[in-house]
Amino acid sequence: MSAKNLSAKSGSAKNLPAKKLSMQTTSTQQQLIIIGNGMVGHHLVEQLVENGALERYQVTVFGEERHRAYDRVHLSEYFSGRDADALALCEEDYYALSNVELRSGEAVIEIDRAAKEVITDQGRYPYDRLVLATGSYPFVPPIPGNDREGCLVYRTLDDLDAIRAVAETATTGVIVGGGLLGLEAANALRGLNLDTAVIEFAPRLMPMQVDNEGGELLREKIEALGVQVLTECATQRIEDGEASRHRMVFQDEKILETDLIVFSAGIRPRDQLARDCGLEIGERGGIVVDNQCLTSDPAILAIGEVALWNQSIFGLVAPGYQMAKAAFSTLVGGDTRFAGADMSTKLKLLGVDVGSIGDAHGNQNPGARMFRYLDPIKQEYRKLVVSSDGKKLLGAMLVGNNGVYDTLLQYYSNGIELPAEPASLILPQSGAAPTLGPGALPETAMICSCHNVSKADICATIDGGAEDLAGVKIATKASTGCGGCTALLKSVVDYELEARGVDVDKSICEHFAHTRQGLYDIVRVEGIKTFTDLIEKHGNPDTHRLGCDICKPAVGSILASCFNEPITDAAHIPLQDTNDTFMANMQKNGTYSVVPRVAGGEITPDKLITLGEVAKKYSLYSKVTGGQRIDLFGARLEDLPDIWSELIAAGFETGHAYGKSLRTVKSCVGSTWCRYGVQDSVGMAIWLENRYKGLRSPHKIKFGVSGCTRECAEAQSKDIGIIATENGWNLFVCGNGGMRPRHAELFATDLDDEQLYRTIDRFLMFYVRTADRLQRTSVWRENLDGGLAYLKEVILDDSLGINAELERQMQTVVDTYQCEWAEAISDPEKLKRFRSFVNDDRPDPSIIMTSERGQLRPA
Amino acid sequence: MTAAALKNEMDTTGFNHTKTWQKICTKADLVAFSGVAAWFETASGPAQVAIFYLPVDPNAATLPGRATELYALDHFDPFSKANVIARGIVGDIKGAAVVASPIYKQHFRLADGQCLEDESVTLRTWPIAFKGDAVWIEG
Ligand SMILES: Cc1cc2nc3c(=O)[nH]c(=O)nc-3n(C[C@H](O)[C@H](O)[C@H](O)COP(=O)(O)OP(=O)(O)OC[C@H]3O[C@@H](n4cnc5c(N)ncnc54)[C@H](O)[C@@H]3O)c2cc1C
Ligand code: HEM
Ligand code: SF4
Ligand code: FES
Ligand code: FES
Repeated sequence: MSAKNLSAKSGSAKNLPAKKLSMQTTSTQQQLIIIGNGMVGHHLVEQLVENGALERYQVTVFGEERHRAYDRVHLSEYFSGRDADALALCEEDYYALSNVELRSGEAVIEIDRAAKEVITDQGRYPYDRLVLATGSYPFVPPIPGNDREGCLVYRTLDDLDAIRAVAETATTGVIVGGGLLGLEAANALRGLNLDTAVIEFAPRLMPMQVDNEGGELLREKIEALGVQVLTECATQRIEDGEASRHRMVFQDEKILETDLIVFSAGIRPRDQLARDCGLEIGERGGIVVDNQCLTSDPAILAIGEVALWNQSIFGLVAPGYQMAKAAFSTLVGGDTRFAGADMSTKLKLLGVDVGSIGDAHGNQNPGARMFRYLDPIKQEYRKLVVSSDGKKLLGAMLVGNNGVYDTLLQYYSNGIELPAEPASLILPQSGAAPTLGPGALPETAMICSCHNVSKADICATIDGGAEDLAGVKIATKASTGCGGCTALLKSVVDYELEARGVDVDKSICEHFAHTRQGLYDIVRVEGIKTFTDLIEKHGNPDTHRLGCDICKPAVGSILASCFNEPITDAAHIPLQDTNDTFMANMQKNGTYSVVPRVAGGEITPDKLITLGEVAKKYSLYSKVTGGQRIDLFGARLEDLPDIWSELIAAGFETGHAYGKSLRTVKSCVGSTWCRYGVQDSVGMAIWLENRYKGLRSPHKIKFGVSGCTRECAEAQSKDIGIIATENGWNLFVCGNGGMRPRHAELFATDLDDEQLYRTIDRFLMFYVRTADRLQRTSVWRENLDGGLAYLKEVILDDSLGINAELERQMQTVVDTYQCEWAEAISDPEKLKRFRSFVNDDRPDPSIIMTSERGQLRPA
Repeated sequence: MTAAALKNEMDTTGFNHTKTWQKICTKADLVAFSGVAAWFETASGPAQVAIFYLPVDPNAATLPGRATELYALDHFDPFSKANVIARGIVGDIKGAAVVASPIYKQHFRLADGQCLEDESVTLRTWPIAFKGDAVWIEG
């Protein structure tokens, strides 16, 4: 190591907190260098940090890219609004705080195995152990002209910046390569508003994953999206174009002109460093590793896409993570080994479901038999590859609908015996698709792949004393990663507990042995109108029957949905969360916010002036919100009634920002002003907001209404999304923004005004009736047995025969609406609560504000 | 009413020089099964007190532990550092009456102020009782 680097290093170590420094007993610490700060390299660092291995190793990471490790799997989201920080796999100061040195933007150019040093253009660094996690690079076919300006690849954030820059002045783009990544890149170009074409050398798209039939179907679907697909096209050369920047010339001298070319013709392992220093390399590239991830030099390990294990490269992130875990184990003397990984995948490419499991082509298992199902109208294709005795699933391929993927994967990866007629698994089902019950899963079934938790692990935890889902989660970490396994985990845990004779407790809390839905039914059937009545008749007699902060607000919400009595009535007050009691959201310093309703986001200048005057008078911080209205913050409890009196006098009413109820109906400007609009989105938004305002529900509800297909109101991220068409309205349901965004699903098309609100009436009331407490429509929908199809049957086809009742119930809520604030300020009894102290008029002296950007905020 | 005026009204019948019983408010100021806050000049300085009123129905079979109707504890929430405890939801958990902080939802036992989520945290409590319709606290 050069003197310069030595001093730089010890210098930076001095600045770290003493606690961390005390671990740096350099005499016993070994130097560990990791080359590559990609997804897998970063995962190894996390393993080292989390498991206390930094006492043993002083870790230095070299990353060629200027960004710290980011989520390459979701790279394309860089074009849809996630920036580099949002894609990053850790906080900016993670490495510094963990005492790991990260040298971003510094590539290793040579490994000196004899001296045990790695060399960059900034110096030499000694290592005791070295890990190569250099990933892969995109293969660019050796076509003359492939290095012209505007010929790019799709792998890194910098690549995407380059594509975006070129696309700004381009109108057309071509993707060379019709595999998984190529189609993803095609979608990105389409998103950049380029006329896009995909060129594939093979006779079909996704040659690695799908067969001819599947490829043909995929082509039809993708062409329908306006992406041109050219198969069996071998580019001969790229030269200057006439109409566009480039001209691509194919084998038969056919030509295609375009402004931008992205090569996506496969990836190659970045094994050059390893080749140069004489490590064993596979015939077609890749650093050869054993199941400890050791290379031919035992001081050096390789993991991720650069590693070749058992003749295979694994181009997915999950196997890379498993290698990182094995490498960690090797470094600390553990016995976790890499045992290969399943390459089954399911994806949505350009909005088309594609799934591939095991030997999807059936060409690795002689004697295998195939079942195929093709629906040319719905454009769905499914294939099963089955062992010659018809008992085991060897592989499967799905195009157009991944609905049965999870079930098939369980059959495949656990070797479960197939039903007598395997074809039934891929035939269209009337009703819900068949799923494997938790009882049918073998002990080895992987339940949570993020944390490697099998069904056997779960059983062991339960036998070891875990009493419920929460206990299993704490003990195994299952479902704390991506969360994708949550539903499966719950069903396995419930099943296993029941099998052990444990009554699975579905009660809402210790006061009621009922679910929220159960309580709702009791309230409705018996017409119970108060909490006291309910807990007397149906509460658990072993408690003091006071209720708690779980059941009281839940019951309060149910009572309000059913009878719509003012929540400030004496019988209901103790049920409410403080936000409902004071009809305002409590902020972190005990003050409240004031949010009047601005239906549809439409507001007169006079009302705007009133808002400004009130905010000024009571020193309220003002902010325009994402829901198209104005929040006033920092109101003191004792000021709330005066503030609201002034607002109500000016024609405002409560906005229910505090309640689990309808928030806002966001709208775009619509046909009244916008030259693209086909319906009056503002008018509809205002009408709907006024219809459903005040409806109490299991969680908050948001709507959006757009005046045309351009969707400026972002309605598809709302619980209820409405988009105008030439003929009426398209209705979308169960979308969500926030922490776990979910696209709303198309529910019904071309509805007229009356059909629209009646459908929404039923939908909302069905949700209010059946959802769990604090369950947004998106989560409710994901947990609904039978899914969207079932929901359509109930709401559109009235399969349960309850629609008339649902509509009637909604009409009651609509008819009994009253503004809670107007109601409260006219009742001195209710106003009594709005004072800081019952025996003193002073405001709470401990609330202290400071000013920032010309407004007040909590100190 | 100002704090000074309040002090003048203080009843000092207590024989103890440091702690006194003081009249705070009347039953009509309370909210059944919920809380209100009061300003309280204790012997050791001013305090904001959360007063909870859990009426016991004289005709109902009273459950053990439910005899107490009034509770007085700190209005100050040590987790959010805001004066909000009186605005929490009242309930019973594992056999004890509790209030849930309205900000971060920790539970505090009404009888002794013990936080159920964090053993090291307790709220102060004060003796409290009805004298007729008046509410008195000692502190
Ligand atoms: C658009 C796209 C979509 C994808 N979608 C999926 C998906 O849906 N599911 C899935 O499982 N996988 C997907 N993948 C693949 C997945 O991203 C990779 O399997 C994973 O990133 C591999 O991790 P890695 O750490 O081995 O390599 P990388 O993440 O590529 O990291 C290697 C890093 O090492 C650096 N490096 C290389 N050489 C040097 C050197 N000499 N010195 C210093 N640094 C060096 C590189 O710059 C790079 O940052 C996708 C990939 C792309 C590009
Ligand atoms: C093809 C794409 C789009 C077109 C042609 C388009 C066009 C328009 C037009 C003409 C208006 C009228 C505004 C005016 O004249 O002042 C408008 C308003 C608006 N658009 Fe778009 N839009 C597009 C996409 C979007 C998207 C994707 C969003 C949000 C994600 C969006 C958000 C808005 C908003 C919030 C308004 C309200 C006006 C304002 O607050 O300034 N638009 N749009
Ligand atoms: S959604 Fe359509 S109608 Fe509404 S503002 Fe956007 S372009 Fe105009
Ligand atoms: S699979 Fe369990 S959390 Fe991701
Ligand atoms: S504070 Fe706005 S999302 Fe959390």
